[in-house]
Amino acid sequence: MKELDPITLSVIQNGLIQVCNEMDLAFVRAAFSPVISEALDRSDGIYAADTGELIAQGELGLPIFVGTMQFSTQAVIERAKEVRPGDIYIVNDPYLGGTHLMDVKFVRPFFYKGKLWAWLANTGHWPDLGGAVPGGFSANATEVEQEGLRLPPVKLFKEGTLDEEILSIILSNIRIADQRIGDIKAQAAALSIGDQRLTELLDRYGEDVVTRSIRELKVRASEQMQAKIADIPDGCYHGVAYVDSDGVVDEPLKIDMKVTSKGNRLHFDMSGSSAPCMGPMNSVLATTKSSIYLAMKHIFPDIPINAGTFEPLDIDDPEGTFLYARYPRPVSGCAAEVSQRIAEAVFNALVDVIPDLLFAAPAGTSGNLAVGGYDPEREKAYVMYVISGGGYGGYREGDGLSNGCSTIGISKTTPIEVMEQYYPVLFEEYSLHEGSGGAGRQRGGFGVNYRIRLRRGEARASMVMDHGRFGPLGALGGEDGGTNKVLVEAGGQAYVPPHLSKDQDIQIRAGDCISVSTPGGGGFGDPFDRSPDLVARDVRRGYYTAEQVRERFGVVIDPGTGTVDELETYRLRTAAE
Amino acid sequence: MTGTVIGVDVGGTFTDLISADPETGQVAVSKVPTTLDNQAFGVIEAMQGVGVDLSDVVAINHGTTTTTNALLERKIARVGLVTTRGFRDVLELGRRTRPQPYGLKGRFKPLISREYRMEVPERINADGEVVVPLDEAALRDKIRTLVEMGAESLVIHFLHSYKNPDHEKRALEIAREMWPNRFVTAGHEILSEYREYERGTTAAINGAIRPVLDRYINRLQEELTRGGFAHDLLVMQGNGGSVSSRIVAESAVNTVMSGPASGVMAAAATCREAGIDKVITYDMGGTSSDVGMVQGGVPQVTAELDLEYGMPIHVPMVDVHTIGAGGGSIAFVNEAGLLQVGPESAGATPGPICYGRGGTQPTITDANLVLGRLDAEKLLAVDHPVSLEDVRRAFEREIGHHFGMTAEEVATAILQVANNRMAGAIRMVSLSRGHDPRDFALFAFGGAGPLHGGALARELGIPRVVIPARPGITNALGCVVSDLRHDFVNTVNTPLAAVKIEQVREIIRQQINDGKAMIERDGVATRELVYLFSADMQFQGQSHMLSVEISGPDVTREELQRRFDEVYWKRFAVELPEIKAVLVNLHTAVIGKRDSVDLKTLAGTAQADRLEAAQRTTRRVMFAGDWFETPVFWREKLPQSLSLTGPAILEQLDTTIVIEPGDRVTADPVGNLIVEVHDERA
Repeated sequence: MKELDPITLSVIQNGLIQVCNEMDLAFVRAAFSPVISEALDRSDGIYAADTGELIAQGELGLPIFVGTMQFSTQAVIERAKEVRPGDIYIVNDPYLGGTHLMDVKFVRPFFYKGKLWAWLANTGHWPDLGGAVPGGFSANATEVEQEGLRLPPVKLFKEGTLDEEILSIILSNIRIADQRIGDIKAQAAALSIGDQRLTELLDRYGEDVVTRSIRELKVRASEQMQAKIADIPDGCYHGVAYVDSDGVVDEPLKIDMKVTSKGNRLHFDMSGSSAPCMGPMNSVLATTKSSIYLAMKHIFPDIPINAGTFEPLDIDDPEGTFLYARYPRPVSGCAAEVSQRIAEAVFNALVDVIPDLLFAAPAGTSGNLAVGGYDPEREKAYVMYVISGGGYGGYREGDGLSNGCSTIGISKTTPIEVMEQYYPVLFEEYSLHEGSGGAGRQRGGFGVNYRIRLRRGEARASMVMDHGRFGPLGALGGEDGGTNKVLVEAGGQAYVPPHLSKDQDIQIRAGDCISVSTPGGGGFGDPFDRSPDLVARDVRRGYYTAEQVRERFGVVIDPGTGTVDELETYRLRTAAE
Repeated sequence: MTGTVIGVDVGGTFTDLISADPETGQVAVSKVPTTLDNQAFGVIEAMQGVGVDLSDVVAINHGTTTTTNALLERKIARVGLVTTRGFRDVLELGRRTRPQPYGLKGRFKPLISREYRMEVPERINADGEVVVPLDEAALRDKIRTLVEMGAESLVIHFLHSYKNPDHEKRALEIAREMWPNRFVTAGHEILSEYREYERGTTAAINGAIRPVLDRYINRLQEELTRGGFAHDLLVMQGNGGSVSSRIVAESAVNTVMSGPASGVMAAAATCREAGIDKVITYDMGGTSSDVGMVQGGVPQVTAELDLEYGMPIHVPMVDVHTIGAGGGSIAFVNEAGLLQVGPESAGATPGPICYGRGGTQPTITDANLVLGRLDAEKLLAVDHPVSLEDVRRAFEREIGHHFGMTAEEVATAILQVANNRMAGAIRMVSLSRGHDPRDFALFAFGGAGPLHGGALARELGIPRVVIPARPGITNALGCVVSDLRHDFVNTVNTPLAAVKIEQVREIIRQQINDGKAMIERDGVATRELVYLFSADMQFQGQSHMLSVEISGPDVTREELQRRFDEVYWKRFAVELPEIKAVLVNLHTAVIGKRDSVDLKTLAGTAQADRLEAAQRTTRRVMFAGDWFETPVFWREKLPQSLSLTGPAILEQLDTTIVIEPGDRVTADPVGNLIVEVHDERA
């Protein structure tokens, strides 16, 4: 048997990723759901025939899906009977290696020369799967049944043919069903592309070379991760993050993250976290683990993703906490919100130890607002989603980015001009959330303010956001970022949701307004060390007021010239020492 | 047309010029270093290089990177913005993105700093109705403030101006009265398409580079006029056409992607002449490579390219995708012990090791040298010569010792990994535009394209490679062959069933009239006017659009539906009769054809009648691990009856062409070399 050379390994690694990239592309190009086609909320990968372990994943997939699909593929493998070429399983059960119900996975056996050789799988976020509220983000749900239709692994396609009976059950239980057939066809077509391309790869390089390369690449990825970890000094590091509330009981939920670095392994212990909660802010195990994978990928962006990448990470199952939800705990908030808090807890634990690689906490909420109503002029029901960004944390080399997308996402916002065409709303403001960037030597980026007025008819507004109670954490002496704020003005009355960032079914009528301000990023380093000239520039741009920078940065701005009052600034800053 | 036609393209490193006299068939070329501070010096020097008398020249078409460089280096004018109240931060907040999927770091600097962005009370809704009337007093006040603050250029950007431009038009009138110069840009004038960030950014780009381009073109035009040139200079645009220097600065943003566009235009013209219907163009340079697609002799056009992170340009442009691999791409061993090539590049400085400017890391160019594909003697004639032995030692030191490989084995590996990655990237570009690359020929040009064309084609399953007469100055050729062109886009965004077809026809008629008026303003002789009509369409609820060709101002609803169904089926092989189609945008391109130049003349007249007479020497070249004693030919001497099977090296002034073992090369009647790729699997 010929020795595998490093060139073949590189070429096979590229080849496997290319297969996945082409699946990602096929899926996104043909999909109907704007969540998939615009927000890129999908992922495609190749998984091992026997273990379901990740072999390769597309580079264009949504970050939250790093590593999750191997858990759902494993759930399919355990239950699959009489697997045949052309079969496609559909599954969205959160407790079987899932995220939330809206993430629907298709899993297809891949046969090579008559033998089950691997699995191809993809996930797409469907806009609706039934349940109490359109879109599935019910802030008040207390059981998973209220969140929508739950599908165990079933064959939606049997040897290439769509099972119309199963399809009809699905379509009878979801909203906006008429467009889903387009997504189903796109999702299945992406897997056929994967099937073709993987077959070509195997034909070209030979089954034996590819099999051995996959094995070797797993070892190499593990070694690469170990090399990164070896640079983290040994020790036990403690990080925290808080979820405002679960949407039902108004109490914060704590993520307690103990990260132990020893040699070339990292150990994660979350046992000190809050107990399972009543509302939908529980996380299933697959999502909890993926969130840690995702955090590591954000810290070390250049490591390739396969099963070996995660091998040096020892994650204790957080039994008895809200991070290991079991049936029938509601979980709709896990993918969009809790996942990001888990990542923030990892960042928080490690930022003091490897500050040059890290950053202060990002806004980290998806800022999900859904407004569902009836447009009397168009005689049509609608559901409008506004997904927001926020400020990123400062880092050694620079200030945080303003209005970045969520930690788990890579999508773009829908333009205001498009929203106003589709829905009976008028945006009155879309602006930078002044003052929200956490002060620091490198300050946080800024969040966004937007204000929407309903033009016609009546509607109900629901939201699942976070960081309303606690701003994103600053690092190394930096200040926390500004918090998320929601204000509803209905019938001349101002209303602030009791849970600040989560609420459901707020009634609004034509003329009423919803205003949202999203969080800023955490500051990095002591704000009193920030260059006074940069602070003056920030004041000139209106990012902060002169009063704010005096207090938060120790810089005095001459009201006449708008420049730094050097002497007063010196006095203020030295007095603080 | 009688008289000389000149195409001159200013690239990052070199300024290339082609002068052609269509009557005598005389062609001259020159290549001089680009003068970065003022590109005009290089242009004038290149003119002197071919020794033409400017008074004999009837047309000069100029491709310039002035605007692209100004944007990338942020050497732009100070711009002021007036916009709808509540929305001054649209240009800073962007579309809620980050520069890369992983790693929560990165910067974004808006083109217009926040203190120069002013709001005025005014609002039009999505139906085009006025919600808040334009407050003219406030507008005057803000404009006055911006003048006092020293803004040089003004941008007016109001929400929904694509639907109802009345407020922008009125603001434009007022601003023109008050602004101290001509540099006033309104969003709807540049493009009448929805999406406030993209339209606003496109307008801001226009505002930011308009004064820069205006100054540059005026200076150059003056110099040329002083030299005896009696016409208006033409300037290349990103849509592959050109406009006269009189009006180019008004839509300065159109020049931004013009460099890569002219290369694709040249490829399109060459392939039309050669009768090749579908090509993927591959322009490989020092730090990156540009990939474009041509079908039926027409380059694909897009209205959505990003110049860099957060800088979308939404005007119709030749669809060119840049991939981060070029001759200077650096090879290294990563932490997993795998050989990687790029995306880091050694650039021009320090450059590849063999440039002798201090480079120490192996690059693709160095690998070509080690394997004998590039001539060691020629390349090493630089300021601080490096010997081939030095390069080989660096290969062993940097990479070889990790794997126990010789320098040649390392070089072979670098080319294999690099070609594999580049082919993957080309494949993605092609697929994302809905095409299987195997249906295309590969048009390889640029300094390094012909070195890799054969290997890439083999990797991609492409049967044929086309190498033009002058691969290294193809962009200048694009300037010679390009026509006048003006593009118009209007948003309709209405379900097809609800579209008022008369309104659609009226929009197209208006676009035609606007185009004719612009061509008239160009004041340049044209042979005929040609129109290209297309529509962007999608299924309701879908967000990706498909561009479909339509017949023109007599279009019917049935035609739109039929064309959409056809294109959708071709692209996705899915029929969705249950879902409604939406007409999103209408595009019209108005093209003023100029007299064409005979491309055959580019091949020169030095052809020998026998192959032996064209051979310069032989040298050892390594292919797939084996040394071949390989004949080296002067390309310009290759006989017309050429039929040669590789291995062979063909050298010419502007590039080196590698013919891999088994590939067969012939010459076509219009001066191209056609390489039939030997498929070992067949």
